[in-house]
Amino acid sequence: MSMPRYKLKRYIVSNAIAWTVGIIWLIPFLGVLMASVRPYNQIVNGWWHLHPFTLTLKNYVDAFNHPMFPIGVGLRNSLIIAVPGAIIPLIVASLAAYAFARYSFPVKNYLFAFIVLLMALPQQMTIVPLYFLLRDMHLLNTFRGLILVHSAWGLAWITFFMRNYFSMLPTDVEEAARIDGASDAKIFYKIVLPMALPGLISAAILQFTWVWSDFFLALVFLQDPSKYVATQRLPLLRGQYYVNWGVLTAASIMVMVVPLLVYALFQKYYISGMIGWSTEK
Amino acid sequence: MRKPRSLTPLFFLLPALVLMVPFVIYPVLKTIYFSFFLNGKFVGLDNYRHVLLSSDIINLERFPTKSPPWGSLINNIIFIAIHLPSTIFLGLGLALLLRKEEVKGSSLIKSIVFLGMVIPMIVGGLITRFLFEQGAGVIPSVLGALGIKSLDITWTAFPQTALFAVILGSIWIWTGFSMLMYSAGLASIPKDYYEAALIDGANKFQIFKNVTWPLLKPITIVVVAMTLLWDLKIFDIVYVATGGGPGGASMVLALQMWDYFARELNYNYAAVVAVLLTTLTLIPAMWLIRRRE
Repeated sequence: MSMPRYKLKRYIVSNAIAWTVGIIWLIPFLGVLMASVRPYNQIVNGWWHLHPFTLTLKNYVDAFNHPMFPIGVGLRNSLIIAVPGAIIPLIVASLAAYAFARYSFPVKNYLFAFIVLLMALPQQMTIVPLYFLLRDMHLLNTFRGLILVHSAWGLAWITFFMRNYFSMLPTDVEEAARIDGASDAKIFYKIVLPMALPGLISAAILQFTWVWSDFFLALVFLQDPSKYVATQRLPLLRGQYYVNWGVLTAASIMVMVVPLLVYALFQKYYISGMIGWSTEK
Repeated sequence: MRKPRSLTPLFFLLPALVLMVPFVIYPVLKTIYFSFFLNGKFVGLDNYRHVLLSSDIINLERFPTKSPPWGSLINNIIFIAIHLPSTIFLGLGLALLLRKEEVKGSSLIKSIVFLGMVIPMIVGGLITRFLFEQGAGVIPSVLGALGIKSLDITWTAFPQTALFAVILGSIWIWTGFSMLMYSAGLASIPKDYYEAALIDGANKFQIFKNVTWPLLKPITIVVVAMTLLWDLKIFDIVYVATGGGPGGASMVLALQMWDYFARELNYNYAAVVAVLLTTLTLIPAMWLIRRRE
């Protein structure tokens, strides 16, 4: 392939910069992977030294069955919380979003601005009273309590996101169904929800990965070590006399593989969710 | 837009209100209430005076002439001052570069950079610690090999470097966000705009300054506001990378709040920090809302 010289130069420079950045961004992941599959004495002076190189899954087994904070149990707990923690707010927020997208009612604009404001709210602003509230409801230290908090917390952004999504859908099918005498509830779940499926998938997977990735709320509301979620266990795996990077990195990979898989499998929905959630139509 | 048919919209809103009122709205109001009390007694603004003027928040005895700790509010501001421009320019630069046809594998590079957004932040924080660990980590070793022996240390263990380790790790994590947003923004600019500018004889820099950048302004507003919110709320990464230490050198407001609540068991002071943090987040939040009008 022949190329004018100035074009060739540009080609080389662009690719060199792009790939340098790509490799710099990849190196931390590469380090984690290398540290997780090799014995401690081979990585303590730098995982990039490749001699000797022993491949082992011992770190994964040790992290999964850790005597104090087994990551295996943490992964199970995270799943028990993240699945309902995504489904409940999705249903509740979709209903609210539909009200904002299709009906006019008093104080609607103020209420919607308020919801946008709640999206910016730091979790720190709620946890002290929530701690006492959950304690009084006997929901402290329970999965149900944390699921409730996550559900309430997810409502603001999902309402915002789904309201934007509903607003983009055409209304003629709904109008036709209404003329045929269908009820509002029926129109919502028979017509609107199926049409909004891509948006619902985006919201569900983002909320799922955020609940899965949550650390702060679990830290506040789960105190019994057997109930700790996966992210909560990670900082506790350090080891007593030295930082055991083998076990820590193996555990990190097991914790992050779930959101990474969600991202890989639903990339299109994930990206459109990220863009739609932070911009508006 | 349909006319209200009796109470139909209320029916749709009701479940959300039932969840939000007790679990979001009531706690926010109660936190404000708590911030005016100490040990069950109303103390007016005393908590605010005590916390906001303490060296935990702004340490004017040490900032800026002596080594950290400088206080958590100062640390948040330093964090923003470095992290915000770095991620914006890196993200925009990458979006501009990776859109060129001549770059091979640009979607792969985009995916790699975006990974930081996908992983849990607690993992991002652990990786940051690992990166800056003397011996096992890449960065001290590379700097040592370059002859910068003073930085061949475990960054997270020293007051002079701890905050910067967290900030650099956060740049690695967050650049994917602005890259994604700017990529989407660039894709939405019609090609004829560029063609028209080229016909007018504009050079590349003029095209960027007069066409691309103004058209990206709505994206820039969103990216700046979201990054500000993220920077103010930063918690997980600091918690696991440095714990706010050593000696408070990398303490930030969100972690300070947790420290008062869980370590000092003073939920009134914790409430004050929460109110301060929330007030700060209102600035970018209001900015986003006003833009809607």
